[in-house]
Amino acid sequence: MKRRVLVSLLAASMTASMVAGTVVSADEGGDNKLTVWCWDPAFNIYAMEEAGNIYKADHPDFELEVVETPWADVQTKLTTAATSNDLESLPDIILMQDNAFQKNTLTYPEAFVALTDSGIDFSSFAEAKTAYSVVDGVNYGVPFDNGTVVAAYRTDILEEAGYTVDDFTDITWDEYIEKGQDILEKTGKPLLSCQAGESDVIMMMMQSAGASLFDEEGNPAMVDNEALKKVMETYKTLKETGVLTEVNDWDQYVSSLTGSTVAGTINGCWILASIQTAEDQSGSWAITNMPSLVDVEGATNYSNNGGSSWAVTAGCKNTELAFDFLKSTFAGSVELYETILPSSGALATYLPAAESDVYAEPQEFFGGQAIYSLITDFASKTPSNNTGVYYYEARDAVATAITNVVGGADIDSEIQVAQETVEFQMG
Amino acid sequence: MGKTKKMSLAKKQNLTGWGFLTPAALLIAAMSFYPMIQAFILSFQSGKGNALKFAGLYNYQRMLKDTVFMQSVKNCFFYLIIQVPIMLVLALMFASLLNNKDLRFKGFFRTAIFLPCATSLVSYATIFRALFAKDGLVNSILINLGILNVGYDFLTHPMSARIIIIIALVWRWTGYNMVFYLSGLQNIEYSVYEAAKIDGASPWQSFWRITVPLLKPTILLTAIMSTNGTLQLFDESVNLTGGGPANATITMSHYIYNMTFKYVPSFGYAAAMSYLILILVAILAFIQMKVGDSRD
Repeated sequence: MKRRVLVSLLAASMTASMVAGTVVSADEGGDNKLTVWCWDPAFNIYAMEEAGNIYKADHPDFELEVVETPWADVQTKLTTAATSNDLESLPDIILMQDNAFQKNTLTYPEAFVALTDSGIDFSSFAEAKTAYSVVDGVNYGVPFDNGTVVAAYRTDILEEAGYTVDDFTDITWDEYIEKGQDILEKTGKPLLSCQAGESDVIMMMMQSAGASLFDEEGNPAMVDNEALKKVMETYKTLKETGVLTEVNDWDQYVSSLTGSTVAGTINGCWILASIQTAEDQSGSWAITNMPSLVDVEGATNYSNNGGSSWAVTAGCKNTELAFDFLKSTFAGSVELYETILPSSGALATYLPAAESDVYAEPQEFFGGQAIYSLITDFASKTPSNNTGVYYYEARDAVATAITNVVGGADIDSEIQVAQETVEFQMG
Repeated sequence: MGKTKKMSLAKKQNLTGWGFLTPAALLIAAMSFYPMIQAFILSFQSGKGNALKFAGLYNYQRMLKDTVFMQSVKNCFFYLIIQVPIMLVLALMFASLLNNKDLRFKGFFRTAIFLPCATSLVSYATIFRALFAKDGLVNSILINLGILNVGYDFLTHPMSARIIIIIALVWRWTGYNMVFYLSGLQNIEYSVYEAAKIDGASPWQSFWRITVPLLKPTILLTAIMSTNGTLQLFDESVNLTGGGPANATITMSHYIYNMTFKYVPSFGYAAAMSYLILILVAILAFIQMKVGDSRD
């Protein structure tokens, strides 16, 4: 009998602990601790940890915990926490993709802390960049990295075909395709690779002409959008001529760069961190601006892809600390940007940092080019565009359209379908 | 000691039974049934994010007009119609092969066929993606054998991408179903086969006349489970093909996920689509049970 009691007690306690285990939250640490979610060990996690070290120098009892959380997971957890009103489960600070900022702050205004009166000086950031995290005149984010587009080329492969980087500076897509075909013929290497089913290249081309998929009121504006049509035609030609090769995932994309299967790439400047992992290629890369669209009004050689900003969540227990931390690091420390720039390529949108000497230093990996002052120059010439709240819906719809167009479908009708899809999903 | 104080044996056993059942029943009710009811209520609401209001059957009408969702329904049924029969027939073949008394290294073969089930869904999908990449293993072999000149882009063509998902699913789940058949086969007396052999039945005949009819309940079980699993397919669509090219491989669950987390969230609409999956599974299971019913 005794034994039976013991067994049932054991069973009961097991059940109880199972139930309790899910309830107990990981709410530990004192008032001097901040928890942060961000995703890239070589880039934003590294930057955050360096910021922690700088802040710790003045505040010895400060603690920082950075949890590596891929962006898709940050988004999922944020949505779950906000819809279940369990904002306590969020960390103090999260890094948010600029493209998702409007969507999240408009859908869940209660999940974020307004930063306008936090004492952070937003005028020291590039205005176009800060605009991503401003909703109805209120600042919700501290700008972090910049996604200014660079075109990076393998100088040794270009040389093999008789070209230099100068031949690819200030050119149009028509010239790019023409030279790309020549290089493909002589070296067997395409000029560009990208992920199939993703619309990064499309979106970069669009923004380079200041064009958007939405109008000022946020309604889809794809039909009769001359820029979009030209972009689709250009992409189709790139694919058909073999100048552009599509891969299936991000890892294959990065290995097409580091594994010398392509002669170059066009992407946000954060891609340079991945390129530099191929140490044996040091000295044989160079960057310049991207090609411009032909016959499109407002076409430039400059664009933007990606970028992110820090947001303070409603789960933050010590907002004063979070404000002060951000104010004295990402929004106030030139030293921080000088530390993180050379090894991670985290190009600041914090203007005072851009005047630092570190930006003008020649980079050995890029054959002695002072790439960071070059990128800062590109950034200042980038036209701004309108992401809209339904950015991801539009992106996917356009990706579907371009896949069908490459497969032989009619451009106008595919754009029509894409617009209808987005309109439907907005409804 | 009066008899009144002691419980009767039957009563005692009943209570013990309930005692064992209660914790599990409570957990299932709290973790499974409660959310299901909540989701059902949610499916009648529409709006973005937390701004939801009741809209009656609006969401259910809406999904009929949703081209992407309809595409995902078609994709799921394509997988269902092609993959489930192939997989179940293969599983049955493997099970009867491995049930052979004289087979050597039986344990090894069983483990080898079952092992794919122990791999994580995400990692196997990622590995298949790498295998079928343009410069992946499969293309390298085809090029070296002289079948292809340049790598074929399996995952950017709609039909080949679907076929690869089917190959991946067959690889992952055949062993799982085989285990059910193997355990079902243990219940068939070997003497039945011996008797059939003496009567001059070929292996083919004894398979169709003995094994299949006697395994009918198990086949029904695996068919329903596979239908259920296929309609809820998620990992393969997300990790292997990303739903592409141009939504040619996207599954219903993948689209529901996009609607909830990737896009501006429409929870009511997503819940309604989830209920459609439930209804589809229920209808198909009902049909299969009717067809598989041995009582005429």
